[in-house]
Amino acid sequence: MNDRDFIIDRYKDLLTTYLNGKNETALYKGQQFSRKLIEQQISPEDVVSHHINVLNDLFPDMTEEMKDAFDFLLEVMIGYGFAYREHQSLRTRQRQLESEIEVAASMQQTLLISDVPTVDSLDIGVKSVPAKKMNGDYFNFVKDDKSISVAVADIIGKGIPAALCMSMIKYAMDSLPEQRMQPNLLLENLNRVVEQNVHPNMFITMLYGLYDTDVHKFYYAGAGHEPGFFYKAATDEFEDMFAKGLVLGVSRTTKYKEYEKQLGPGDMIILLSDGVTECRTSKGFIEREEIVALIRENMHKPAQEIVDSVFHELERLQEFELRDDFTLIILKRMV
Amino acid sequence: MDIQSCVEVCNEWDIVSARQLGRNMAKELGFGNVDQARITTAISELARNIYLYAGSGKICLEPVEQMGRKGLRIIAVDNGPGIRDIRKVMEDGYTTSGGLGAGLPGVKRLMDEFTIDSTIDSGTEILATKWLR
Repeated sequence: MNDRDFIIDRYKDLLTTYLNGKNETALYKGQQFSRKLIEQQISPEDVVSHHINVLNDLFPDMTEEMKDAFDFLLEVMIGYGFAYREHQSLRTRQRQLESEIEVAASMQQTLLISDVPTVDSLDIGVKSVPAKKMNGDYFNFVKDDKSISVAVADIIGKGIPAALCMSMIKYAMDSLPEQRMQPNLLLENLNRVVEQNVHPNMFITMLYGLYDTDVHKFYYAGAGHEPGFFYKAATDEFEDMFAKGLVLGVSRTTKYKEYEKQLGPGDMIILLSDGVTECRTSKGFIEREEIVALIRENMHKPAQEIVDSVFHELERLQEFELRDDFTLIILKRMV
Repeated sequence: MDIQSCVEVCNEWDIVSARQLGRNMAKELGFGNVDQARITTAISELARNIYLYAGSGKICLEPVEQMGRKGLRIIAVDNGPGIRDIRKVMEDGYTTSGGLGAGLPGVKRLMDEFTIDSTIDSGTEILATKWLR
């Protein structure tokens, strides 16, 4: 009640000052006062009501018609008050949802995080950055005695559904240890899981590979995933690493083909998500050749520095606004 | 205490009658202009819901007294299809009437007390009370 009285008094003061001087300062004070009203959650119909009360005080000889007209205004303002309070409550709820998403995103990070393995014969660099809060790209490394397996996946679709789907992929892969050595079989099994469990309008592309650290061969298979690059140091050339195969989840009986690459010292396997190649700059989509050029420019650095540099350059080209999740992995054979 | 007055709601004109009844009673009880407008707006919304979704029903109004406080209670009763998911209609942003826009959560905020009870295929009863300050 006290706050209310205070506000009426203050309103009366401000209005009287304005009526006496009619200057901009008084109007400016009125504008600032409205901020205070909003802070105090005074609704529009209350403001009108205060105005009426103050007018009644200031001009006791107001005509009945004018009073009635103000009553009409009051009735009209009720609707605004209605909408205003709904807006307040929706805003509170939005804040709650945002903080829940925040929690979910950090949970996703801890669930899906994959340690980058260290082996003497390989230099590995990884950069994975979500466009929004939740990452729809996924990568995973598993280190065995004589091999390292690597998976890069991208969910067609973004945000929370994609992130939930990712968790499923991770646990499905964890439960297929026997297939880890055979990339094409791993994809076939994963495809069945996805086909059975994921909504038909959600698709997953994946590239899965196994690096044999004894013989330096990379065996891989792909499910509709953005082709990577293979760098051959001997000829100083980059080539596309195509891996034919349907995206996961389309047909239960999809078969995948296994490919292999022999790596010499200095050779590189470059895996990426389409967020890398679909960077949109002011000049349009970035070309795969431009990515290659960026990698070439930084090739002399350690693998982690290469992926970091490529990301920073692409981020800059896109004016620091990522439109798609970004994942870039480089495996470089050491001497 | 039990001086209940009711208005049957079957068409849009009845909404106006219900408002009128509510305004008269609110005025009599000593509610200020703003609260009068709030009470009639709540009545409007509840009566509109009856008219639009239940087809027919009634709005009853009664003065109430509790622990020395005086107030006005709106009772909206219909024999319509009932509300399947009460939690959903009590959520902000859920609007079907396209009228005032805020629906039941808005009514709840305009009033001091609000209870809703609904049974599928037998109807809905809403009690909403405003206390004199």
